[in-house]
Amino acid sequence: MNAPNDTGVPIVQLVGITKRFPGVLANDRIDLALHGGEVHCLLGENGAGKSTLIGILSGLLRPDAGTILIDGVETTIASPRAALEIGVGTVPQHSALIPALTVLQNLMLGDNRRLRLDATGARQRLGELADLLGVEVDPDTKAIDLSLGNQQQVEIIKALWRGSRVLILDEPTSMLTPQGVEELGKVLARLKERGHAIIFITHKLHEALSLGDRISILRQGRLVGAIEPDSLRSASAEDLRAEIVRTMFGEAARAVSDAPELQEEVVEGLHVEPPAVGADTVLELQHVTAPGEGAELGIDDVSLELKEGEILGVAGVDGNGQRSLAEVIAGQRTPARGDVLLYGARVTRLPVASRQKLGLRYVTDDRIGEGIVGPLPVGLNLFLKRIGQRPFWRHGRLQRAAVNRRAAELVREFDVRTPSVSTRAATLSGGNIQKVLLARELSFDPKVVVFHKPTYGLDVRTTGTVRELIRGLAGGGGSALVVSTDLDELLEVCDRIAVLSRGRLVGVVGNGQGAAEEVGRLMLGESDAERAA
Amino acid sequence: MTTTRTIVGPEAPLAADLHLPTKYGRAEHVLDILIRSIVPILLALVAGGLLLLALGHNPLIFYRDIWRGGVESGSWQDSAIRMAPFLLIAAGLTVIFRANIWNLGYNGQFLLAAALVSGYAPALVGDLPLWFATVLLFLLAGATAALWTLVPAVLKARYGTNEIITTLMMSFIAIDLASILIKGPFHDPTTPLPQTEVIPLEKMLPSIPGTRIHVGVLVAFAAVLVVHFVLTRTSWGLRIQILGANPRAARHVGIKLPRLIIVAFLTSGFLIGLAAAADILGLWGYIRTGWNPAYGDTIIPFVFLARLNMLAVVPFIAFFSILSTGGDLAAQQAGLPTDFLLVLVGLILLFMTVIEYLGRRRELGESYLSPGLRQALRAPILRRREA
Amino acid sequence: MILASQVWTQLFWTTLLSGGLVAGTPLMFTALGETISERAGVLNIGLEGMMLLGAYFGFLGTYYGHSVWLGYLCGMAAGIGASLVMVVLCVWLGLDQIVVGIAITLAGEGVTSVLYQTHFSTSQPLLGAVPRDPIPLLDQIPILGKAVNGEFPLFSQPLIVYLGLAFAVLLTWIYRSTNVGLNLRAAGEKPEALDAAGVSVMATRSYAAMATGALAGIGGALLVILTGTFQPFLTQGQGFIAIVIAMLARGNPLGVVAGSFLFGISLSLNDELQLIGVNLSPEVLHMLPFVLIIVALVLFARRAYLPPALALPYVRGAR
Repeated sequence: MNAPNDTGVPIVQLVGITKRFPGVLANDRIDLALHGGEVHCLLGENGAGKSTLIGILSGLLRPDAGTILIDGVETTIASPRAALEIGVGTVPQHSALIPALTVLQNLMLGDNRRLRLDATGARQRLGELADLLGVEVDPDTKAIDLSLGNQQQVEIIKALWRGSRVLILDEPTSMLTPQGVEELGKVLARLKERGHAIIFITHKLHEALSLGDRISILRQGRLVGAIEPDSLRSASAEDLRAEIVRTMFGEAARAVSDAPELQEEVVEGLHVEPPAVGADTVLELQHVTAPGEGAELGIDDVSLELKEGEILGVAGVDGNGQRSLAEVIAGQRTPARGDVLLYGARVTRLPVASRQKLGLRYVTDDRIGEGIVGPLPVGLNLFLKRIGQRPFWRHGRLQRAAVNRRAAELVREFDVRTPSVSTRAATLSGGNIQKVLLARELSFDPKVVVFHKPTYGLDVRTTGTVRELIRGLAGGGGSALVVSTDLDELLEVCDRIAVLSRGRLVGVVGNGQGAAEEVGRLMLGESDAERAA
Repeated sequence: MTTTRTIVGPEAPLAADLHLPTKYGRAEHVLDILIRSIVPILLALVAGGLLLLALGHNPLIFYRDIWRGGVESGSWQDSAIRMAPFLLIAAGLTVIFRANIWNLGYNGQFLLAAALVSGYAPALVGDLPLWFATVLLFLLAGATAALWTLVPAVLKARYGTNEIITTLMMSFIAIDLASILIKGPFHDPTTPLPQTEVIPLEKMLPSIPGTRIHVGVLVAFAAVLVVHFVLTRTSWGLRIQILGANPRAARHVGIKLPRLIIVAFLTSGFLIGLAAAADILGLWGYIRTGWNPAYGDTIIPFVFLARLNMLAVVPFIAFFSILSTGGDLAAQQAGLPTDFLLVLVGLILLFMTVIEYLGRRRELGESYLSPGLRQALRAPILRRREA
Repeated sequence: MILASQVWTQLFWTTLLSGGLVAGTPLMFTALGETISERAGVLNIGLEGMMLLGAYFGFLGTYYGHSVWLGYLCGMAAGIGASLVMVVLCVWLGLDQIVVGIAITLAGEGVTSVLYQTHFSTSQPLLGAVPRDPIPLLDQIPILGKAVNGEFPLFSQPLIVYLGLAFAVLLTWIYRSTNVGLNLRAAGEKPEALDAAGVSVMATRSYAAMATGALAGIGGALLVILTGTFQPFLTQGQGFIAIVIAMLARGNPLGVVAGSFLFGISLSLNDELQLIGVNLSPEVLHMLPFVLIIVALVLFARRAYLPPALALPYVRGAR
């Protein structure tokens, strides 16, 4: 944690910012100051209003009330273009690069001063900025071919392209390896030295503590706490952690206090209960190779075994084959080579519906795009994987009473907050949609369940519930395969963790002391074999 | 907590049973739907009237002639007869549009089926028992049109090829192919004119007793009921709906997409083929080259206005049948080409989209087109009115 | 009976190539225009209607103005006018591009038919023959250059044809090396990125759609000028063929030129075949281009590349 170089007038000051959406007050009179040479962390659980505030700063949203001061002067940020002109650059959480274009083309985008594209000038500027950050970037690679860490570096360069002094980073570490996070820290340090003001959004406490000079805590749209640089430097990690958790959750702090996101350091294997020795293998992949899709890689010669009662994690940087893996197991994708076995029987070519009948389930990460059908009622969504089956359909005809009755039971059991089972599923909140998906997949006798990013974007309470469900499944004789880019989560929940890197399974690590470092190394591409040599 | 509203419409059959809090109440809701269905038509009639004025015709006289030619002194029967192909084509389009698939090749499918029926009918009705021959001809027409959708269907199912293009191309080919058949193997040898042999009147479809309306209209109504039931109450209908609303979710829940796409296409084609059979066997009795009534072009907006609901489309089709029957007469009187109807139809479509936009700004989620067809669904939910 | 010697006459080939070039030029203009909107993410199903409107108003302009250039201008204006419907309803208001496109086509067909039949059905005026502009020097080349028996050789085409080809080259440059080209591409690939870069997605798409309308209007005007008179439904599906060519050429202007040329040849084939004494029914010949398109689609189905944001309206802040 470096001392800020400039403690004078803050570059950006937000005063009393308020923003309302129908039904929710996203930002409630928030005050924030960004000083040059400082990393200001905006901490808060999912749904606290961080993204809204950032949206206002980057010109995507306009506040309903409040003022924005740039260098002490009241300013309106009317659009993304205005934000760039003012000197505010944003690195979004999900890459805004255009996959089919090269790095250079992505960087030249938006520079409309002359008709003809100035490729030479752009190359030069890229070189300058890359040196500034201490990274190497090939201008002629297509964005789709970049690793996620490189993509982020290009995003940072793009944010700085027009001379921004303020850099906004929205959950930048969610897609990085532990080593990638370290490199990011170095880049931020170099930027601080140059006097840039950096605002860094995260929902992970340990990141805020390690990377931030100043922390502001948001809770349900309000600024509930701020930690000055002096306190951050002087107080101990445990004290800080306790205070932050108390500020974020108040009385409810104790209930969520164990969540890995709220620990001062990365947690390893606190709650692991490995399966009994000699348990059967319920799911097996033998040398499976399957294609990727678009920017995401496929899998290459992957073999793994999932035992009964086990929670096996699959770690890896996003886009390294996770979706291919999940879909091959679920039956949505056909492998080019290799076999999938369920309870010893080959199911490689078996269609999705048949695998579901055998007890294999898939909780997808793409909840709204793939999981639910928005216009349909919650009730029907709960039984989408049983279309045509009794008792919900008889001779092809829909049996409404049966659907509604069973749906009401499931809604109660899984605590889905919805006005009724006939409400359109799309109107539910993200957390409740996930509960609907879980209710769907975990009913009717699930045996082997694949979870893909099960707690992504959910608030801490729902996250806890989901993890309990996973543990409950394994405890009751089922098995879980948890595919996630969130290492904290995997370390919290899994018995063993496999690592996918560039489509290959490079190793499996037992959870426990030292697992995080091991996994991180594997994610970088060092396989067990290489290390043994 | 926010109040959520149910959407009463083709998408949510379950909702109709339960009483749920709505922002405006059921009565106002129904009124709202009525307004949004009727206003575009009214606006189009007004705009069309202005165009008539610009061309030097009296719109009031024109519209009065439409009423005369469409309803009065027995013309209502002619309008009713037109409903047969209209309803069946509407059924074919509703099925496929619900799946968010754009079968725009309806003209070619119709014409080719009509050519086949006209070609084989004289022989079949002569040699076989009439009822048997009729059924056979209906099946032949349905099969022809269905088969004609196969190339676009397979291309889309296997390669995701854009069906707008493929169905249109096949349609153009079919129109020429029909001409070739009519001039060639199906040509009536007893006449130099390029047409098929005329089916004797007694061999055509019988009329409903007391009227001139042939039973093809009854076939059409029966088809409407069957299609409605299938689309809203059965598992297949739900699969179609899911395919239309969210193809990725369809794959995720285990629906076999390629098969569903092909079956949807074939069903759509089959219904369109039935329309051709009803029209030829019930009304015309023969076909000649150059004939292209393009029924589908003119009823497309009504399929949308009815929000892809088969029961709702009936009154719209009834209205248009009157408009089209009367319109032919009115156009003749005014010395206008009958293509004027195309202008009206285009205007209805345009006004429909505008009204939909205005309606969307007031409420969320209401739509003329099923969410899958209107890919901008995300837009209104997030386009919030600043408080 | 076809005599081999008849096929290989210079007349046959020059007429074929020359006729193909000319016949394909209206299509070329329209298809080039379509590449602009598609690149920006706007799918223009209404192209057929725009082309017809361009044809009718181009006819009016040429007939009353006694100048083909006035005809092109009027056609262009009509095309832009029609495209404004797309701009307002689809780009600005985010309504469904396919439905609006169908509406424009139907309305265009209806309006032009009604207007023509109201004003000209009795008189049915003809436009004069199109002036040809020989390329100096090149038109001295035997066979390809010199006019023979009143038929027009390859290097002596109406000026507009040369302009069209030049425009295709210009468009290639624009796409590859200018800001405008990059903005168009971004609007079609990932409009959020364009917005974040500070460029208005609405403006980019609006101008793209208007440019398409303008070019389709010119294409329609050219068609009516080449045909010599207007008829209702004159375009006979060429607007849709333009969409296909744009898609198959993956938005590459030079590919569009090639495709239009091939299509033009198939259109003019009827005349050529009659020249050598082959008489195929007009329907077969008319059908031929569409069959070729289907075959091409079947063979190259996997290769057609469409921008990811095609036909999807853009709203800032949408997630």
